[in-house]
Amino acid sequence: MDRAGVALSWIMMAVVLVFLLAPIVVVVGVSVSPSTVFDFPPDGVSPRWYQRIMQLDGFWAATRLSAEIAALATAASLVLGTLAAIAIVRGSFPGREALATFLTSPLMLPGLVVGIALARFFRDFGLRDAYLSLLFAHLVVTMPFIMRTVLASLALFDFAMIDAARTLGCSYPGALVRVLVPNIGPAFLSGGLFAFIMSFDNYAVSIFLTDVRTKTLPIQMLHYLGESPDPTLAAISTLLIALTVVVLLIGDRLVGLRRLASM
Amino acid sequence: MTPPRRAAAPAIDASRAALERTPWSRSRIDPMPLLAVPAALVLGLTFGLPLLMLLLASVQGADGFTLAGYVAFFRDPFHVHVMWNSIKMAVMATSICLVLAYPAAFALARSGPRLQLTLLAALLLPLTVSVIVKTFGWTILLRSNGVVNRLLLASGLVSEPVRLIFTEAGLLIGMVNIFLPFMVLPLFAAVRMIDPRLGDAAACLGADPLRRFVRVTLPLTMPGVVAGVALTFSLTVAAYVTPTLLAGEKYMTMSMIIAKAFLFLRNWQLGSTAAALLLLIAVTVVVASSLLARPLRNRG
Repeated sequence: MDRAGVALSWIMMAVVLVFLLAPIVVVVGVSVSPSTVFDFPPDGVSPRWYQRIMQLDGFWAATRLSAEIAALATAASLVLGTLAAIAIVRGSFPGREALATFLTSPLMLPGLVVGIALARFFRDFGLRDAYLSLLFAHLVVTMPFIMRTVLASLALFDFAMIDAARTLGCSYPGALVRVLVPNIGPAFLSGGLFAFIMSFDNYAVSIFLTDVRTKTLPIQMLHYLGESPDPTLAAISTLLIALTVVVLLIGDRLVGLRRLASM
Repeated sequence: MTPPRRAAAPAIDASRAALERTPWSRSRIDPMPLLAVPAALVLGLTFGLPLLMLLLASVQGADGFTLAGYVAFFRDPFHVHVMWNSIKMAVMATSICLVLAYPAAFALARSGPRLQLTLLAALLLPLTVSVIVKTFGWTILLRSNGVVNRLLLASGLVSEPVRLIFTEAGLLIGMVNIFLPFMVLPLFAAVRMIDPRLGDAAACLGADPLRRFVRVTLPLTMPGVVAGVALTFSLTVAAYVTPTLLAGEKYMTMSMIIAKAFLFLRNWQLGSTAAALLLLIAVTVVVASSLLARPLRNRG
């Protein structure tokens, strides 16, 4: 039965892999197919759907908006989140655990509910600007990823090393830059990358905060899907898949896939 | 004091002075909590307070506290049906994920370092690829002339194409696909921690394979099972894009009701009530899982 168990686990692993990769492979295949119907496996290779992306209404505006919001929200979360993480790891005030839970909790709650709560809240307080609303909302999306990675990394950092650097003549800010930053740098970057991707892909929180002129890329893609899905969408999707591959490669370089997997 | 010590004292004093030269060394207040203030304030204003106000709005009538919104919600058989749909779909998808992921996690944990990295990469890619992209992939796969139907026809299991898209079965396939990595990874983390020699030890003590699994392996993987089930369930029960694209009006879920109430019906009362209920389900699952995980962790 032991051998049967091992065989079963490998069969399941194979099933899981094929199943998980199926939609990604199909999307990439369809995107390079010259056919107008969703053709898989493709009959040939043609760049025609990639060329059509440029003509797509509102695509560039949506991509730029998503990239801007994701970059700004990630940057703000990195600063605020790291400060909070230092306070949580180093401080001795009551409620540190609760604060850590609070700052990571948006991850476990339905994004749609957070989006609605924010839409109501902004409406009640008269914030009509979609750009600002999205930016605030995406702070909620990005913060948990920063908190998780930076907290985990700071918990492993020995703060006595900063004191050691200072007794050896470093100034306090100098010690932070030369000792703390290199140590938590990888966590900083991998948390930032994940946060960026999650914000860039987010639709649940954004869906109630966009307006006709201010649409993020996922919302614009949902719009295209609802209107007239054609292989141009597969081409956009393939570019997004390529982006995630790049992010994973960078993440692997910085912290290793094993640590990324434990996020 | 002896002379040698006295000679060393200036050096010690210098290093102590260096240690005390922190920017805040003069102030009495512990400055540490202040660092957390900006983050706490921002998330309090953009997350805590809005959610609290949403919950309050769902129990607030014209004259004070009321459960009228909830009474109205549950009195409508359609809404009850939709809530049941959401929970049923989450339970089914989570169970299938567990059945697929549990054995797979062992293969992943017991594989050699190089193979394991490849497998992890193959798991992390679908995890990070946009939900919209993956769901879009399934709308292509599940078409009547799509790959799934062609495979079914070729295998002789069906004689004519099966309708998969906009059905419960199609939605279930898509949901399992999208949330499966969230089950595999916590299970992998738990299985990785198990010392494989424990099984051999149990065997030496005379336990047969089934008993070894039930008494040794299964209890040790329980924290991973609890974490994976809680995460997968809370994600599936709240999923929005996948049900919208793969099932549509045919299989309404809580998220779809919420979106519809806000975007099309402009019915804020219905939307807030449904959102509060969904929030309640998610919070219950998270709290229950952490309560369940505590004794497991202590025992380990």
